[in-house]
Amino acid sequence: MSPSQPDHPSQPLIDVRDLERTFDVRRRVEGHRRRVREQVQAVHDLTFSVEAGEMVGYIGPNGAGKSTTIKMLTGILVPTGGELRVGGLDPSRQRVELARRIGVVFGQRSTLWWDLPLIDSFELLQKMYRIPVHRYRENLDRFVDLLDLGAQLDTPVRQLSLGQRMRGDITAALLHDPEVIYLDEPTIGLDVVSKGRLREFLRALNAERGTTLLLTTHDLQDIEALCDRVIVIDHGTSVYDGSLAGLHAHGGSTRTLVVDLVDEAPPIDVPGAEVRAVEGPRQWLSFPADASAAPVVAAVASSYDVADLSIQEPDIEDVIRELYSRGA
Amino acid sequence: MAEPTSHLRTYGQIAWLWVRAAWQYPTSFVLLAVGNGLITGLDFVGLWIMFSHLRDLAGFTLHEVALLYGSASLALAIADTAIGSVERIGTYIRTGRLDQMMTKPVPLLVQVCADQFTLRRLGRLTQAAVVFGWACTFVDWTPLRVLVAGSMLISGALVFFGLFVGFSCVQFWTTDATEFANAFTYGGATVTQYPLTIFPREVMVGLTFVIPVAFVNWYPCLYLLGRSDPFGSSDLLQFASPLAGVLTMAAALLVWRTGVRHYTSTGS
Repeated sequence: MSPSQPDHPSQPLIDVRDLERTFDVRRRVEGHRRRVREQVQAVHDLTFSVEAGEMVGYIGPNGAGKSTTIKMLTGILVPTGGELRVGGLDPSRQRVELARRIGVVFGQRSTLWWDLPLIDSFELLQKMYRIPVHRYRENLDRFVDLLDLGAQLDTPVRQLSLGQRMRGDITAALLHDPEVIYLDEPTIGLDVVSKGRLREFLRALNAERGTTLLLTTHDLQDIEALCDRVIVIDHGTSVYDGSLAGLHAHGGSTRTLVVDLVDEAPPIDVPGAEVRAVEGPRQWLSFPADASAAPVVAAVASSYDVADLSIQEPDIEDVIRELYSRGA
Repeated sequence: MAEPTSHLRTYGQIAWLWVRAAWQYPTSFVLLAVGNGLITGLDFVGLWIMFSHLRDLAGFTLHEVALLYGSASLALAIADTAIGSVERIGTYIRTGRLDQMMTKPVPLLVQVCADQFTLRRLGRLTQAAVVFGWACTFVDWTPLRVLVAGSMLISGALVFFGLFVGFSCVQFWTTDATEFANAFTYGGATVTQYPLTIFPREVMVGLTFVIPVAFVNWYPCLYLLGRSDPFGSSDLLQFASPLAGVLTMAAALLVWRTGVRHYTSTGS
């Protein structure tokens, strides 16, 4: 278990209320000689809370306000409105104090020292965070074992593969026993095996130590493998907060059955599905994501000469777009 | 107050890591240090050649100019070695490195100054120390003069430290302003390599009260050389360098705080 617990057990670890962040943007507008000042709302009316030990996926399209939120949660950016507490602290005012209790991994940028062996970066972090030496050793041994980094400790970071480097960065973010860890696209660019191993590690970390996890990602499988809960943000505010299964139902998303008939035919007419497109002998039928595919497939196969069938799963980005266009 | 010492220790630990990183390429490290020393050495050779045609420069002999040159270069080299990386905050902002530093439990200024610490600048430091040492052999030493000389180097480094930090902060508002900052930091350093009497009185006032580089070497050196100010300003100024150093530093830290607050509230 993490040695330090939130100051007020009754208060959630992360508590966000009506959070708002506007940016002043200067824009060239026709008919004006000078650039016009405009206010852009990157985040507004954002309310959610995360209890200690939760694993939460924080998703949304590019530019939705994900990184603005993370920057406010870590104290890099000052909110322009609303309330924000992490572990009882006000992140922007108590940034350095908060830094001891959180871990941050930016997927595409490394915090490790490029030219030096991996172990050197870890040792500097031990000093920067003033981690007690025995605790540092324990953690290092554990993470190196779980993440299979033993052979890489003496390798300069520049010679590590992307997957090894990412595991190094995650170790670096965890050595000081953070209560919460923010992961920004942790599996981006990794191969299937590395992704799987990383997810397994994060699950184990949460189970063993109760580390709270907030994950931003474009990879739906990350969420499926790790998170019991998803917060979807679009245009700066939360449009969904709940389970992943619920998200599909909530978003009214559909799966698609692609049918290749032996011969061209008029649009297929079966109960529970409707034809979206026809192109020669190929037809696209859509049906609700939470319904079973079996009866639809059976109905099609019994009435038509089918050459081939395949099912396309709903795309998370589409679900989100659908959510927002409905003004949810 | 254990905090400043612990920040200094963290600074040392980060800097040491960078030194070791540089040692991964020892040849390049040595060549760069030597090259750095040679290039800055040419500055002084230039002065020397000038004096082979002149008997004095604005009333100052070669030994006296060497004292001015050596002390200013030494102060600049100390400041540049210790915190020269602060010039790069514009790059750190663009690459997101500053954001990463902000998630670490060490004050931002300590991390920025120690980042990419390099002993390459030792070349400049050595060259300046040699010229200063040579010029010192011509000074008529008294205990008070030793004290003034010591405090001159420390205060001079503080003044440059302040100028570096203060003017680098411009990059919090507009990135890519390194050249603008250089005009004041390295520009100020170049100016101090000559007797300030070659400049008009208005420039002299500016170098005393606006960009206080006159305190880096000019006023204390006048005392070491037993001269009074050709401009006729008070002899008290010859002892005011520590005050100037502390004030410049304090002003710079204030600007730094304002810059960081601006950054965290614009997210640029």
